Amino acid sequence: MTWWAVFTLAAGTYVLKAAGPLALGSRTVPPPLQRALNLVSVTLLAALIAISTFGEGRSLVLDARAAGLGVALVSVWLRAPFAVVVIAATATAAGLRALGAG
Amino acid sequence: MATATPTAASPWRAALTFAATSGLIALSFGLLARTSGLSLVMTCAMSLVVFAGGAQFLAVATIASGGTPLAAVLGGIVLNARHLPYGLAVAPLLRGPLWKRALSSQIVLDESTALALSQPTPELGRLALYACGCMLFATWNLGTLIGALAGGAIADPSALGLDAAFPASMVALLAPLLRRRELRTAALAGGALALAATPFTAPGVPILLAAAGALAARFVREGPA
Repeated sequence: MTWWAVFTLAAGTYVLKAAGPLALGSRTVPPPLQRALNLVSVTLLAALIAISTFGEGRSLVLDARAAGLGVALVSVWLRAPFAVVVIAATATAAGLRALGAG
Repeated sequence: MATATPTAASPWRAALTFAATSGLIALSFGLLARTSGLSLVMTCAMSLVVFAGGAQFLAVATIASGGTPLAAVLGGIVLNARHLPYGLAVAPLLRGPLWKRALSSQIVLDESTALALSQPTPELGRLALYACGCMLFATWNLGTLIGALAGGAIADPSALGLDAAFPASMVALLAPLLRRRELRTAALAGGALALAATPFTAPGVPILLAAAGALAARFVREGPA
C-alpha cells in the first residue's frame, strides 16, 4: 500500500460523502426527491445487511452470522432494547463458533 | 426525513453501541494492516482520512493477497460508492456554512446515516448523525492505534461474534422504518439483488446493483402496514 493510494482512496471516499452536503448548500431538497433518497439509502443498507450476513468473498455462506441475525430479528420483534439486540446476536454467533458450528 | 414510530432507537444509546463494536473491529484492522506490511503511521492515517471500515479492510486484504495499490483503491471506491446517496439523504441535516458542511461530511457512514434516518424528527436526526459519527470517529481511530500497537489484541473478531454485531445493529435500527410497506419492499428487493449478484461480481458491486431494488417500491402502496 502506497501513500498515493491511501490519499486517493481517502479523497474519493470523501468526495462521495460530501457531494450531497456540499452541492445542496442551502437549497431544500423537494420532498419527493428526499423520499427517493431515503428509499435508496434504506435499500443499500438492507443490501449491506444481507451481504455482511451471508457474504464471504464471492460466495454466499450460511454460518453463525445468520444465526445471530435470526436472534436479532426475534429480539427486535420482542421489542428488546437496542444494546440487548446487538449483544444477543453477538453472543449467539460467538457461542455457536465456540461450539464449533459456523 | 423518513418517518418512524416513537420506538426508534435512542440516538445516544445506539451511537454508543455502534462506537463500541466499531472500536473492537478497529483493533483487528490495526493488527491486519500491520501484519500486511503497512507502517504504524500509514495504518493510523488510513483510519483518519479514509474512515470507512469496509473499504479499509478491502484495501488491506487486496494488498495482503498480492494485489496492487491501484486495485485496492478501485475496490475501495466502488465499495464506498453507496456513501453518495447517504450524503444526499442526510444533506438537509448538515446545514450551515460551507466549512462546517465540508468537515461534517467525513462522518457520513452506514451507521450514522442509518441512525439519522431512523429518527422521527430532523432535530433528532442531526443529533444522531453527529453523536454517532463523532463517537465512531473517536473509537475507530483509537481502536486502530491500539490494534496496530498491541499486535495480538483481538486477532479474530469473528471468534467473539463481532461480525454478527454489525448486521444485527443495522437491523435493529432499520426495523421501525421497515414498518412502511414501500421501504420494506425496497429493502427486501435490495437484499435479494445483492445476494444474487454476489457470486457473479467483484466485491462492492452487488451493493450498487442492489440500489435497483428501490424500484420495487413503485409496485406497492406507500404507508404503514
